[in-house]
Amino acid sequence: MAENTTGKNPNSGLGIHARRVIAYIVLIFLSFLCLFWFYILFINATRSNAELSQGFKLIPSNQLGVNWNNLIHGTIPVVSGMWNSLLISTACAILTTYFSTMTAYAIHVYDFKGKKFIFSFILAVMMIPTQVTALGFIRFMDALKLMDTRIPLIIPAIAAPVTFYYMKQYMESTLPLSIVEAARIDGAGEFRTFNTIVLPLMKPAIAVQAIFTFVSSWNNYFTPALILKSDELKTLPILLAQLRSADFLKFDMGQVYCMIAFSIFPVIIVYICLSKYIVQGIALGSVKG
Amino acid sequence: MSNSQNERDNKKVVRYNRWGYIFLAPFLITYCVFQLYPLISTVYNSFFENFRSGLKTIGPNWVGLDNYVKLIQDGDILKYAGNTFILWIIGFIPQILVSLLLGQWFSDVRLKLKASGFFKTVIYLPNLIMASAFSMLFFTLFADTGPINSLLVSMGVIDEPFSFFSSVIATRGLIGLMNFLMWFGNTTILLMAGIMGIDVSLFEAAEVDGANSWKRFTMITLPLLRPILIYVIITSLIGGIQMFDVPQILTDGAGTPMESTMTLIMFLNEHLYSKNYGMGGALSVILFIITGALSLIIYSFMYREPKKKKQAVAKQ
Repeated sequence: MAENTTGKNPNSGLGIHARRVIAYIVLIFLSFLCLFWFYILFINATRSNAELSQGFKLIPSNQLGVNWNNLIHGTIPVVSGMWNSLLISTACAILTTYFSTMTAYAIHVYDFKGKKFIFSFILAVMMIPTQVTALGFIRFMDALKLMDTRIPLIIPAIAAPVTFYYMKQYMESTLPLSIVEAARIDGAGEFRTFNTIVLPLMKPAIAVQAIFTFVSSWNNYFTPALILKSDELKTLPILLAQLRSADFLKFDMGQVYCMIAFSIFPVIIVYICLSKYIVQGIALGSVKG
Repeated sequence: MSNSQNERDNKKVVRYNRWGYIFLAPFLITYCVFQLYPLISTVYNSFFENFRSGLKTIGPNWVGLDNYVKLIQDGDILKYAGNTFILWIIGFIPQILVSLLLGQWFSDVRLKLKASGFFKTVIYLPNLIMASAFSMLFFTLFADTGPINSLLVSMGVIDEPFSFFSSVIATRGLIGLMNFLMWFGNTTILLMAGIMGIDVSLFEAAEVDGANSWKRFTMITLPLLRPILIYVIITSLIGGIQMFDVPQILTDGAGTPMESTMTLIMFLNEHLYSKNYGMGGALSVILFIITGALSLIIYSFMYREPKKKKQAVAKQ
């Protein structure tokens, strides 16, 4: 009955067409605001220092290769930085997704003493920022002689409360206990059931969380800057900070833009390929919408 | 017989359930070693005088709550807390307003926006960008000799390059702009999910009663969206307290001009670098208490939500 009345209503203020036009104008403006900076970045990364000093132009030049070549042969170890970032982020993504799924599985499938307490505990600590434990963390790593190694940046990824929570939510909606029962009857061990039956079922959630973990680790600056001291271990954000504190206006600006571009664009490319899953995944995890 | 069967089943269940602990072990061990112990150690450190003076290390000497007293009497922490709050609010107000508007538009079936997938993808993009790289990019773009100044001069908006990073308002505004750009897409998608969860028949009923779209928004959408709005505000506030990368890189850790962009975590970072563990510990504990109190609010909401959810499902 209500459906008949959902047509155009003269009382609804602005007409639907006017509202649509306003919506498009605002959306296009915001999209411009989001993309404009990256467009300039791209243009400037393709221009030489001499061209850049002549002022801004909207058309790309052809110096990208030259800038890149100068950059990797320059004083800042960009290539090893990229490699370090890639290594740490990949390791974090694998550890976080695998062990968070495992933790969620333990809470979801089994019934044991203290389960409720542990679940509430994980939820309670979910919001604690890593910065507030950083002091104890670096002192402890110092005591263990793990400063200036990659271990303190990789191993803690096993315990990721936020990813755990997402996995738990996802399991509740997609993993019926009967599948686990069936596997048991077929004689599969618990560990095997988890690895060969549960993990494949969780693939969509794992993919989304792997991307998020990878990106946040790739972008992480605070903790790596406190842990990593030697040049050959530094990640991209630390190198960017180093570039910022160098007397940087004397630098070849083409190289500066090139380096920023190479820290940003890999993520953008991955994002464009996978955006559909990512945008869907955000709402799923944070709030039960 | 059935009794012994039951017993055997129980044993089986217990045997299986033991695996719960095994599967939990990696998480719990890692958490305790790399998070819980450091947290306790941070609190412990905050009661000691322990810093470097030149090449000498002073302490650790037990001083009780002296670090806290010093931290608050010194006054810097209040100034930096104020900075952090101002920087957060400059980004957050436009963020929540724009997100509400976009969330409303994206979930409005009758508006039939084309390419909404494209727009969602674009507005979410800045969220994934490395904050330090984004900040570095803004620093180069808005430098005195940078492209924005050259663009503004050539367009005749200004006569000579404007020094953005010598102006308190401009620097704070740019940090707010970056935070806004990085977070409004994320908030939009959260709010959109919330708006889409509202029962459509409520809007239809209101429309029959002659409510226009503004009334429908203020009388139905906003009140029903309250839990998610509170979630968004508090998580954003917790994120705001952690603000570090953007102002740190933009001002090279100095919080220039005139310490107007020095945030709490930048202050903490300074203590950590200078190995002033006592004061750093006290500052960490204060931040921990603030974020803890804020997350308690969310926590109470998360526990109330399942009930509401069930009711909503039952309605459908």
